[in-house]
Amino acid sequence: MLIDLTLCMGCNACQAACKEENHLSPNEEKNLSLTAYTALNKYSDVYVRRLCQHCDVPTCVSVCPVGALVKQGDGPVAYDADKCIGCRYCLQACPYHVPKYEWSSTKPRIQKCRFCAPRLAKGQLPACAEACPVGATLFGDRDELLLEAARRLGAEPTKYVPRIYGKDDVGGTSMFYLSSVPFEQLGFDSRLGRVPLPMLTMSALSKVPNVLSVGGVVLGGIWWITNRRTEVAAFEAAEKKGETPRPEEKP
Amino acid sequence: MKLRLLPRITGWQAISTTLILAGTLAAIARFTYGLGATTNLTDEFPWGLWIGFDFLGIGLAASGFTIVAAVNIFHAKEYEPIVRPAILTAFIGYLLVVLVLIIDLGRPDHFWHPLVMWNPHSVMCEISWCLMLYTSVLSLEFAPIILEKVKITWPIKWIHAISLPLMIVGVLLSTLHQSSFGSLYLIVPNRLHALWYTPLLPVLFFISCIASGIAMILLESLILSRGGRELLSTHLRANLAKIIAITLAVYFVVRVEDLLARGALHELTTLTYYSVAFYTELLVGFVVPFALLLSDRIRTSRLGLYSATLMVLAGFAFNRMNTAITGLEVYPTQTYFPSLIEIFIMLGITALGFTVFSYVVKYLPIFEAVEEAGPQVQQEAATGRPEPIYLTRDDGGMESS
Ligand code: SF4
Ligand code: SF4
Repeated sequence: MLIDLTLCMGCNACQAACKEENHLSPNEEKNLSLTAYTALNKYSDVYVRRLCQHCDVPTCVSVCPVGALVKQGDGPVAYDADKCIGCRYCLQACPYHVPKYEWSSTKPRIQKCRFCAPRLAKGQLPACAEACPVGATLFGDRDELLLEAARRLGAEPTKYVPRIYGKDDVGGTSMFYLSSVPFEQLGFDSRLGRVPLPMLTMSALSKVPNVLSVGGVVLGGIWWITNRRTEVAAFEAAEKKGETPRPEEKP
Repeated sequence: MKLRLLPRITGWQAISTTLILAGTLAAIARFTYGLGATTNLTDEFPWGLWIGFDFLGIGLAASGFTIVAAVNIFHAKEYEPIVRPAILTAFIGYLLVVLVLIIDLGRPDHFWHPLVMWNPHSVMCEISWCLMLYTSVLSLEFAPIILEKVKITWPIKWIHAISLPLMIVGVLLSTLHQSSFGSLYLIVPNRLHALWYTPLLPVLFFISCIASGIAMILLESLILSRGGRELLSTHLRANLAKIIAITLAVYFVVRVEDLLARGALHELTTLTYYSVAFYTELLVGFVVPFALLLSDRIRTSRLGLYSATLMVLAGFAFNRMNTAITGLEVYPTQTYFPSLIEIFIMLGITALGFTVFSYVVKYLPIFEAVEEAGPQVQQEAATGRPEPIYLTRDDGGMESS
C-alpha cells in the first residue's frame, strides 16, 4: 500500500473501516492497541497512519520460535494463535512496535493488522484502502506502487522529501510512505537502516553448525591428547615402580 | 560436616520456606489472573525481571560445563571433587530456569511447541532446543549419583559408556546457548542502549559466563568447606581464581575495545542513569575483582576469595539485568520496575533452588570425593570412578566413616 501523508486529512475513516471489518470496539483511538490495528498519530499538521508494515523480511517472523507468524506470498504477515507460546519476542523485536498483547487474558494472543487477508483472497481491497475518501492509502502491486510513488516525487520535487519510506527500510516493507516533512520528525526511527534486522541474528545463528562440528572435533581431540598424556604418565609411573599399570578405563 | 552445618541452616530454613510459600501464592495469582494483572510488563516492556533471572540462573549454572570440560575433557583430574557439585548446581539451575520460562510464557500450555514447530531463524527456538537437550544431558550426568544411592547399578554402565560423547555434546550445547542468550538482543539495535548493544553480545555473554560459573563453584566450595574439611586445596582454589582473573581481563578488553570500535565510549563521559549502571557493573564485577585476584595473598585467603567471587557474581548479575532491563529503558522512555508478584516468584524460586541443593547434598553423595581425600581420590579419578566407593558404607552417606 502507498500512504501519501500529504493527502491524508485525518478523517479517521481507515480506522473506522478497519474496526468494522475486524469487529473491534468502534471508539476512536489515537494509538495502536488491541482494538486498533491502525491509528493516526498527529504531528502538528501531518497525520501519520500507523499499522503493521508487513515487512518483506519481517523481524517478527524471524524471531518467533514456533513459526506462529508467517509472511505470505501476496504480502500479509499472518498470525496463528494456536501455535503461539506467548514468549513476546515479536513485541520486543518488531522495529515498528506493532504487535500488541492481550495482557489481561489468561490465554493471551497477539493482535495486529492482518492486511485484510480474507478480503484480498476474495479480490477485494483492504478495508482501509477502500474507505479512504481522498486516496491517501492506495492498494496495489508493490512494483506498480513504487513506480507511482517515484512518479509523484518526480512530478512535485518541492512538495515531497526525496524519499519513499519503506522502499528498502529494514529490507523493504509492504507499506510505502510519502511525506513533505522529514520522516525522522514523524516518529520514524532513523536508527533502523536498510539491512533487514533478521540478518543481525543470522550472522550469529549461521555459526551454530560450525560450533557443533568444529567444536566437537576439537573437544574430542583435546580429550584424546590429554587422555593419552595421563595414560603415558600412569604407565611411566608404574614402570618406575616395576609393576604393570592398571588398565585405563575410559571415563 | 553436615551435622555441624545443620543448626546454621535452620534460620535459613524458616526464611526459605516463607519465600517458597510466598512464591507459590504469587505463581497461583499469576496463573489465575494472567500476566497483565500480576506483572508490570507492558507492550513497551514485554520482557522484564524473569528474563533477567533466566540469564542469571543460566550464567551461574555455567560451572556445569566448564568444570566437566576441565576435568573430563582436559583431564585436569585434580578438580574432580567439584565435578559433582558443579553438575548439581547446573542441574538445579537449569530446572529452575525452565520453570521460570514456563511461568513467563503467555501460554504455558504451549511450552512444548518449539520442539515440534521449528523456526531455524529464531534464536529463541535454538535456545529452547539447547535448554531441553542440555537439561537432558545434565540429568544423565546426574543420574548415576542417584542410581548409586538406590543401588541400581546396571544403567550406570550404559551412561558411562556414552559419557564422553555426552560430555562433549553438553559442552557444545552450553557454548551455544550461553552465547545465544546474548544473541536474543542482536535484533533490537534500535531498542537496546549503545552501552550494551553490540554485535559481540554472544561473545561477551559467553566469556562472562565462564567467569561467573567458576566463581559460583568456587564460592560453593568455600562455603561447603567449612568445618575443617577442605573440598579443594588452597592451591587449587588459587588456580581457579587465576582462571577467573584471566577471564575477567579478557572480557574487559573485549568490552572496552568494542565500545571504542563502535564509538560508544562518549556515552561514558557524562554521568547518566545508563553510564552509572555501566560503571557499577564493570567496576564491581570486573575491574575490582580482577585487581583483587591479581594478588597472591587474596587468592590464597578465604576471605579474599569470598569477597572477590561475590563481587564477580554481583557484577555479573548487574550486567545481565542491565542488558535485560536498564539498557532497554531507552526506547519506551518509560521505566520498568517489577511488580511484587514478579519479585516474589523470583525469590521463591531462588529459595527453592537453595533448599533443593541443601537437601540433595544431605542425602546424596555429592561431596563423596572429599571424604576420600588423599591418593585414593586421584586413583579413582584417573580411572573414571568405575565403582561407587561408598556402597559399602552406611546410608548416612555424608557422615564420615
Ligand atoms: S511491522 Fe512488525 S509486526 Fe509488522 S511485519 Fe514488520 S516486524 Fe512484523
Ligand atoms: S509471542 Fe507468539 S507470535 Fe510472538 S514471537 Fe512469541 S510465539 Fe511468536
